[in-house]
Amino acid sequence: MTDTPAIELKGISKAFGPVQANKDISIRVMPGTIHGIIGENGAGKSTLMSILYGFYKADKGEIFIRGKKTEIPDSQAAIAAGIGMVFQHFKLVQNFTVLENVILGAEDGALLRPSLAKARDVLKHLADEYELQVAPEALIENLSVGHQQRVEILKALYREADILILDEPTGVLTPAEADHLFRILDNLRKEGKTIILITHKLREIMEITDTVSVMRRGEMTATVNTSETDPAQLAELMVGRKVLLRVDKKPAEPKQVVLEVENLRRTDSKGVERLKGISLHVRAGEILGIAGVAGNGQSELLEVLGGYADATGSIRINGEEIDLTGKHSDGQSRRARGIAHVPEDRQHEGLIMPFGAWENLVFGYHHDPEYQSGMLMDNAGIREEAAGKMERFDVRPPNPALAARNFSGGNQQKLVLAREIERNPDLLLVGQPTRGVDIGAIEFIHQRILQLRDAGKAILLVSVELDEILSMSDRIAVMFDGQIMGERLPEETDQAELGLLMAGVTEQTDKPAIDAINEQLEAKLAREEARNG
Amino acid sequence: MDRMPPWADAVLVPLFSLVLAAILSALVILAIGESPTQAFWLMVDGALMRSAGWGYTLYYATNFIFTGLCVAVAFHARMFNIGGEGQAMIGGLGVALACLFIPFPHWIIALLFVTVAAGVFGAAWALIPAYLQATRGSHIVITTIMFNFIAAAVLNYFLVNLLRPPGSMDPATANFPEATHLPTFQEMFSTAETTLFRGSPANVTFFLAIAACVVVWYLIWRTRLGYEIRAFGHSETAARYAGISPVRITVVSMLISGALAGMMALNTTMGEAERLVMNATEGAGFIGIAVALMGRSHPVGVFLAALLFGFLYQGGAELALWTDIPRELIVVIQALVILFTGALDNMVRMPLEKIFLSLRRKEA
Repeated sequence: MTDTPAIELKGISKAFGPVQANKDISIRVMPGTIHGIIGENGAGKSTLMSILYGFYKADKGEIFIRGKKTEIPDSQAAIAAGIGMVFQHFKLVQNFTVLENVILGAEDGALLRPSLAKARDVLKHLADEYELQVAPEALIENLSVGHQQRVEILKALYREADILILDEPTGVLTPAEADHLFRILDNLRKEGKTIILITHKLREIMEITDTVSVMRRGEMTATVNTSETDPAQLAELMVGRKVLLRVDKKPAEPKQVVLEVENLRRTDSKGVERLKGISLHVRAGEILGIAGVAGNGQSELLEVLGGYADATGSIRINGEEIDLTGKHSDGQSRRARGIAHVPEDRQHEGLIMPFGAWENLVFGYHHDPEYQSGMLMDNAGIREEAAGKMERFDVRPPNPALAARNFSGGNQQKLVLAREIERNPDLLLVGQPTRGVDIGAIEFIHQRILQLRDAGKAILLVSVELDEILSMSDRIAVMFDGQIMGERLPEETDQAELGLLMAGVTEQTDKPAIDAINEQLEAKLAREEARNG
Repeated sequence: MDRMPPWADAVLVPLFSLVLAAILSALVILAIGESPTQAFWLMVDGALMRSAGWGYTLYYATNFIFTGLCVAVAFHARMFNIGGEGQAMIGGLGVALACLFIPFPHWIIALLFVTVAAGVFGAAWALIPAYLQATRGSHIVITTIMFNFIAAAVLNYFLVNLLRPPGSMDPATANFPEATHLPTFQEMFSTAETTLFRGSPANVTFFLAIAACVVVWYLIWRTRLGYEIRAFGHSETAARYAGISPVRITVVSMLISGALAGMMALNTTMGEAERLVMNATEGAGFIGIAVALMGRSHPVGVFLAALLFGFLYQGGAELALWTDIPRELIVVIQALVILFTGALDNMVRMPLEKIFLSLRRKEA
């Protein structure tokens, strides 16, 4: 190893209008290391990487690649400098094969055959070297998300990248897939590649990185060696104050059954069956957590329960059957039954972004007689009530007239929670309550949901964050491919077991896969020991 | 963060668009060897300097207020109602049938009743495209355009085959009875000594148009229906989540939109011609699109934009009368204004946003 950093940023600044997205940022990353960049949403991580990859031009600052000052005006220049990027949302042509995607934009000539042949060789070599196995002739649309991500990494390596940037790479992966990804990254590190890992998950940083930089509000607040820090310190650096990482909760006191779902089936407009006979129940005073990788029917389950998707089967609320397909099945009828819903996508479902906070705080409940005054809406009353709700849920800035789009993600979520929780529902449906929410607000949101549970309400929590499911739930149901794979108690299960269920593996069906995962876990432990020892 | 203060969005953008359109129009007039300044003063003089001119300007403006509101209401539900023209034609049929076949004792009663008739006919014409959009996903732009042609054919059939008085060669109805005559501005505002608005077609319908602006404002910003229309217009997925029926909002907002277009016929048919003729709408249904765009779908904006287009119509007629500028060129000038204020909105908006952003950065 030399003393020349693989990549060095000096004094990078970038402003978008009045917003200073990056302020005087400097990083040095040595070759053959994994450098983590952690920060809340909107801290400026993605902007920084976009500058490095030539999407934005920095207002100020210099970039050095292997000690040489480099201008990166566009992504072609970034590739030429040996930088490869794996985006959070893959940039793959769905109906092309893996090989075709790999050579796309890097063809050697007008005829494809020689390029494809060359790529096939390179891919085979890369697969052996880094555990990056993908079937070269497979169509992208037939690959799992984890394999698609490998194709993205292969694309970068095929272009001879030796600096690899990964933006939130584990967001869409099962724990087992994430583990495999980390093994790949480890192999790449051993071969002397430099990796920058952008994430908001503290656990990943601790597990794989050598050094870590923390960003807050466009500034780099610290750069430390991972071995010399701990999650609590990193969280504090991210938020700027001490944060409770564990959810503090009392044991649940479940009472009568509030929600009872039996054999729920839903077929979407394309004829694909999204829910394949779901049965579950939630009692008053408990939280049922639904774990699963995104896209396995959780959204559809919430939509059906929330009243805006048809289904067959039966749903009972407090013992009463509710209409699933008829004229009286909509969001209004569900609300009348005491079901409140914090939807997964607050920007497209939960809020009307150009509406003021006050108008959003009655959204869905705007039929309530208390908000009417004669033929008109009681706007003065609604505004007044909104101010109170915003104060009680600590929404900042506490300005009811401000449009929803001008609040941060966490405060937008607080607006939705304020609206739904203050209706004092019998059943609260919560989808991804902390997605895109800053750590500081996560704590508050979790507390509010727990308070509602302790007040004897039933809560159905859907989240793709296993940590959140494990810490919040009183019971956990795992969804895979539109089915419930099994139920577990949080104190009797762990990430590994849930991860298997999330991948559709149950003990009866798939003994070899379980062994494989166990081997991986052992390998991981061995790796950690090796690093620590 | 909003990119521009609201006042800049509402005032500066249309103003700049207008100035650009005026400059380009001036160049066109120069190119054919006429004087732009003279032409401008002729337009101002003919449209605004005399009460008769105002009478025409306000008459045209009345049409544009109704059709502008028609497009604006549909816009709030994120629908592009191109069918104002056809809905106004069918509204005119409603006006004619009511005026011809119901013996009204007084014009006030007639106006109330005929307003309802015009609205119902216009709304009915919007119902079919709205229903198809809501339940079948047939795009409202396509269906309403087609319905304009069907409306013209229907009107033609009614006028030629059913409503034309025996012996007349003109595809128009008989004159409406005297009791349905609406007071013109000349009758309302002239005194014994001075005659105001002499011979101009502006009539009491103008005040109905202003009332329509007020009603639409209340509807959109103060009622539950308006709340649901706006919510649906901003996000259909959110509307579904809240239990707002997309079918209901699509149909209801198009009915209101069609009714407003239909009411435009009160001005042309009941107020001015006092009989139904073939081309009673004079393209006002299409001008309504530009009016709504320029007026930002807000009733106050629609009112002001309608005044502007009324001025352009009347001023253009004056130009054709007093100069060698051909009538076609006046259409070109009007088209330029529509192009800049409607279609090229972003061309002006984006540079302005940049200016405001850099100003704000300096402050910060």
